Amino acid sequence: MSETTALPASLSALSLVPKSATRQTAKDFKSDQEVRWCPGCGDYAILAAVQGFLPELGLARENVVWISGIGCSSRFPYYMNTYGMHSIHGRAPAIATGLATSRRDLSVWVVTGDGDALSIGGNHLIHALRRNVNLKILLFNNRIYGLTKGQYSPTSEVGKITKSTPMGSLDAPFNPLSLAIGAEATFVARTLDSDRKHLTSVLRQAAAHPGTALVEIYQNCNIFNDGAFDALKDRDSAQEALIPLEHGRPIRFGADGGRGVLRDPATGELRVVDVTPDNEAALLVHDAHAASPATAFALSRIADPDTLHHTPIGVLRDVERPVYDTQMSQQLDTAVEQHGRGDLSSLLAGNDTWTVVG
Amino acid sequence: MTSQVDSPAGPAALGEQRVPGKEIKRLDRVVIRFAGDSGDGMQLTGDRFTSETASFGNDLSTLPNFPAEIRAPAGTLPGVSSFQLHFADHDILTPGDEPDVLVAMNPAALKANVGDLPRGAEIIVNTDEFTKRALAKVGYAADPLGDDSLAAYRVHPVPLTTLTVEALKEFGLSRKESERSKNMFALGLLSWMYHRPTGGTESFLRTKFAKNPKVAEANVAAFHAGWNFGETTEDFAVAYEIAPATAAFPPGTYRNISGNLALSYGLIAAGVQAKLPLYLGSYPITPASDILHELSRHKNFDVRTFQAEDEIAGIGAALGAAFGGALAVTTTSGPGVALKSETIGLAVSQELPLLIVDIQRGGPSTGLPTKTEQADLLQAMYGRNGEAPVPIVAPATPGDCFTAALEAARIALTYRTPVFLLSDGYLANGSEPWRVPEAAELPDLTVEFATAPNHEAADGTAEFWPYLRDPHTLARPWAVPGTPGLEHRIGGIEKQDGTGNISYDPANHDLMVRTRQAKIDGIAVPDLEVDDPDGAARTLVVGWGSTYGPITAAVRRVRKGGHRVAQAHLRNLNPFPANLEHVLKSYDKVIVPEMNLGQLAHLLRAKYLVDARSYNQVTGLPFKAEQLADVIVAITAEATEENADV
Repeated sequence: MSETTALPASLSALSLVPKSATRQTAKDFKSDQEVRWCPGCGDYAILAAVQGFLPELGLARENVVWISGIGCSSRFPYYMNTYGMHSIHGRAPAIATGLATSRRDLSVWVVTGDGDALSIGGNHLIHALRRNVNLKILLFNNRIYGLTKGQYSPTSEVGKITKSTPMGSLDAPFNPLSLAIGAEATFVARTLDSDRKHLTSVLRQAAAHPGTALVEIYQNCNIFNDGAFDALKDRDSAQEALIPLEHGRPIRFGADGGRGVLRDPATGELRVVDVTPDNEAALLVHDAHAASPATAFALSRIADPDTLHHTPIGVLRDVERPVYDTQMSQQLDTAVEQHGRGDLSSLLAGNDTWTVVG
Repeated sequence: MTSQVDSPAGPAALGEQRVPGKEIKRLDRVVIRFAGDSGDGMQLTGDRFTSETASFGNDLSTLPNFPAEIRAPAGTLPGVSSFQLHFADHDILTPGDEPDVLVAMNPAALKANVGDLPRGAEIIVNTDEFTKRALAKVGYAADPLGDDSLAAYRVHPVPLTTLTVEALKEFGLSRKESERSKNMFALGLLSWMYHRPTGGTESFLRTKFAKNPKVAEANVAAFHAGWNFGETTEDFAVAYEIAPATAAFPPGTYRNISGNLALSYGLIAAGVQAKLPLYLGSYPITPASDILHELSRHKNFDVRTFQAEDEIAGIGAALGAAFGGALAVTTTSGPGVALKSETIGLAVSQELPLLIVDIQRGGPSTGLPTKTEQADLLQAMYGRNGEAPVPIVAPATPGDCFTAALEAARIALTYRTPVFLLSDGYLANGSEPWRVPEAAELPDLTVEFATAPNHEAADGTAEFWPYLRDPHTLARPWAVPGTPGLEHRIGGIEKQDGTGNISYDPANHDLMVRTRQAKIDGIAVPDLEVDDPDGAARTLVVGWGSTYGPITAAVRRVRKGGHRVAQAHLRNLNPFPANLEHVLKSYDKVIVPEMNLGQLAHLLRAKYLVDARSYNQVTGLPFKAEQLADVIVAITAEATEENADV
C-alpha cells in the first residue's frame, strides 16, 4: 500500500522527510552569505517570509534543498542554510525532478522567475506540473528581466517600453496560473511579496501539498519595473483590485465585501458583480478541491493583465493526483516483488550461454 | 539454455534426416548478408541466425544496416534493410568486407547489395517478388534473373513466398499472414546450409508468439520447411560446416552481446559495484534508445529511469540525482550532446559525477540517424563554453562497452566529474561473443560520501568546505543532502577555492580553471599497449573506438603479406595515456584511420607535434579491412623508400 493511500494527503508531502530534533528559528535557515539583491527588492521580503515559515515545518534542515535557475530570484539558495543548487537558466525544475524522484526523504523547493520559468524554462515547468513530482515551485514574477538589466519578460504587458522594445513590446503575455492549470497542475496559488501573512499561509498550504505546487509571487523590481503591482498594494486600490480566495467561502471582495464573483448561467463565464440581496446567494463559492480545473481556470482569467484589477490571490487549485516520485518508487518495489532483488551474475549470463572448456 | 562448444549439439533432430549424397564442405569463415524490405523482418532473421551461430560456438561479428524510416515505401531502394554476419572457426574482428552469400528478398534488396559481392558469391533470391512492377520500381529494365547480368555469381532462384504459403496452408491463415513467415523460411534454408542448431529459434518463436500459438507454430513450420527445402532440392547441392572456434576463446562462459546491451549491463554493474542507486535521465534518440529500454527493464537493481521532456531535462534530472548521491547517467547521440552542453558545463563546475553516453551517428545535424560515425570526438573534448575539460572513454568492441562503462563510472566517481562514454552506431547494434565476467572480476567502485566537517574556521569551529580537495585526485568531497552539518550551496558561478563561495576574484578564477584542468589531466589511466610482434616496425597504426576490429584485421593482413606494422588502440582519449607521446615518437610513420575527417589525428598533432597521417571514411559504414590494409601497406612502403634515400 502506498503512502498516498495510507496517509491523509496533508501529511504525505513531507511524511518521508526526517524531522528536526530541536526547535528551529528563522536564524537556523540564514546562511552566512551576504544578501546581494538591490536595496528595496521584493526578494528580501520573500526570503524573510520563507526563513520565518520553514521552522514551523520542523524538518531536519539538512533534508531541505533549494534549487534555482538563473536570474535575480535564483540567487535565493545561497542565502538559505540548507543544501542548495544555483543551476542554469530555466533548468531548475528538471534538476529538481531528478533529485526529488531519487530522494524522497528530501523537501525540494524550486525558486524561479518569470523569465527563467516561463521563457527559457517553459518546457521544464509544464512537464514538472503534469508529472506532479513532489516539488514546490516559487515563481517570483516581477514582469521584467532584472539581471540582464531591464528587457521585457513573458509576463510583461503588451506595449511595454524597455531597452529591447523602445517602440513597445509586441508579445502577448503568459498568465502563469492559466498556463499551470492548462499544464495539469495540481496546486496553483498566487500571493504577494509585501503581504507576509498571506504569503506565509500560501507557502504553508504548498508545503503540505503532495505533488508539484506552483506559487506565483508578485514581486516588485524597484529598479526596472518599480510599482508594477502598486494597484494591488495601495490600501485604497487594493480593496477593489484584489480578490482573496478562501476555500469553501463565497468569493467576495471590495469595501464591506460589496463585490463578488458570479457565474453567468448562459456562458459559464465568471463575472465580477456588485453584491445585491438578489444575487448574494448565487455568488460563486470557491472550491479549490474541485476535480475539474474549469472554474480555477476561469478565476485565473478574471484579472485585467494591464490594470491588474480583479486579481485573485490565494490557492486557486489544490487537488490530489498520484505523485510521480511515489509511483516511480512503487515500480521499483513491484519489480523486486515480481523478480526478486537483481542478481548481477544471472543478469550478465542471460538465458543463452555456452561454455568453452580449456 | 547452455550448450558446450567442445561437443556441439548440431542441428539435432532435423540434422539426423540429412539426405546422404549431399556434399558437405568445410569452411573456415563465411559472410552472409540478409537483405529485404524494412518490413520483411531481416533484422530478426539476422538476430536469430546470430544466436544460433553463437550457441554453436563460432566466433562472429555482425553489422545491422537499416533505414531511419520505420517503414520506407515497400520495394524501394531506400527501404532496404540488411543484416550482415561474419562467422568463423577462428577469432575474427569485423563483420566482413564482402558477403559470400546474399539473401535478397526482393529486387530492391538485390540491386542495393549486389555491388558489394565478390565474383562467385552465392545469391539466394525470392523469385516471387521479381515482378515487372517491382523490377521497374527500382529501375531494372530487364529481369536480372533472366539475363546474364548475374553470371559472375551462383544464383539460387527460390520462390520463397509461394513455398512458405504452401507450407502453411493447413494453418488456416490468410495469404498475407502466411507470407509474413517467409523470413523464417529463409532462415530455415540458411540454417540447413550452415548446419546451425535450430532449437533456439524454435523456442524463441514459441516465446515471442506465446499469446498467439497458431502464429508461433506457423513460423516454426515455415522455419522447418526452409530447412527441408535445402535438404531436398537439387539446387542446393552443397551444405557447409564451419567448426566452432574453440581455440579462439579462452575458457569461460560465453554469450552473444550487442554494444548497447553490454553498455546497459555495464551501467547496472557499475551501480552494483558502487553500491549506489543508478539513475538514468534520457530522451529517446537513435541509436541510443535501446539503453533506455534495457535499463527500464531492471528496476529491481535499484535502477530509476526517467524519460524526460527533452535532452536538456534528461541530463538535468541526472545531475539532480547526482547531487543527491546516485550514480547518474544520461544517454544520447550527437544532436543530444549539443543540447546537453550547458548542463555538462555545469557538472564540470559543480564537480559532480555524471556519465554522458554518446552513441555516435552520422552528422552534422540530424545526419544519418541509423548509420555509424566517430565525428563527436572534438564535440566531447571541446564542445562547451569556457575551459571545461571532460574525460573521454571509448569502447573498442560491442563486448568492450561493458568494461568501458565501468571504467567511465570509476573515473566519474573517483574524480567527481562528468565523463563521456563514446560508443557509436556500429558498436551499439553490432554483436559478438562475450565472455561473461565473474562477479569477483569486477572493480570495486565503492565511494565514500563526506560525513563530517573538513575544515576549522579561524574561531576554531568545525565547518564544511565543499571545494576542499583530495590532494591526490584533486576531487572535491561529495556531501549529499540529508547529511547534517554539511549543508552547502553549489552553482555554476565561479567558486572560491576551498569554501565554494561565489568569487569573482581574478586570481581565484585563474586558479580554479587551472585546477579543474589539472584534475582531469591527472586522472590515472592505463598505459597504451602496443602490438609490435618483433619490435621492428617503423609504422604505427593508431585508432580509437569502434575501428578496433577493422584496423586489427587490416594489420593482420598486412603482416601476413610480409610487412611490419605496429598497432595501438586508444580507449582513454582524455586524458591520453601517459606513455602515448613516447609510443608515437618511437615510429617513423603514424597512421590514424578514423570514421571522421581526422579528429584524433588533429589532437595528436596538436598535443605531441607528431606528423600523424589521417585516413578517413565517412560513409556511415565501418572500414573494410582489405581497404585499410592497402592503405597501411602503401604508407609503410613509402616509409621504406624514404629510409632508403637516407
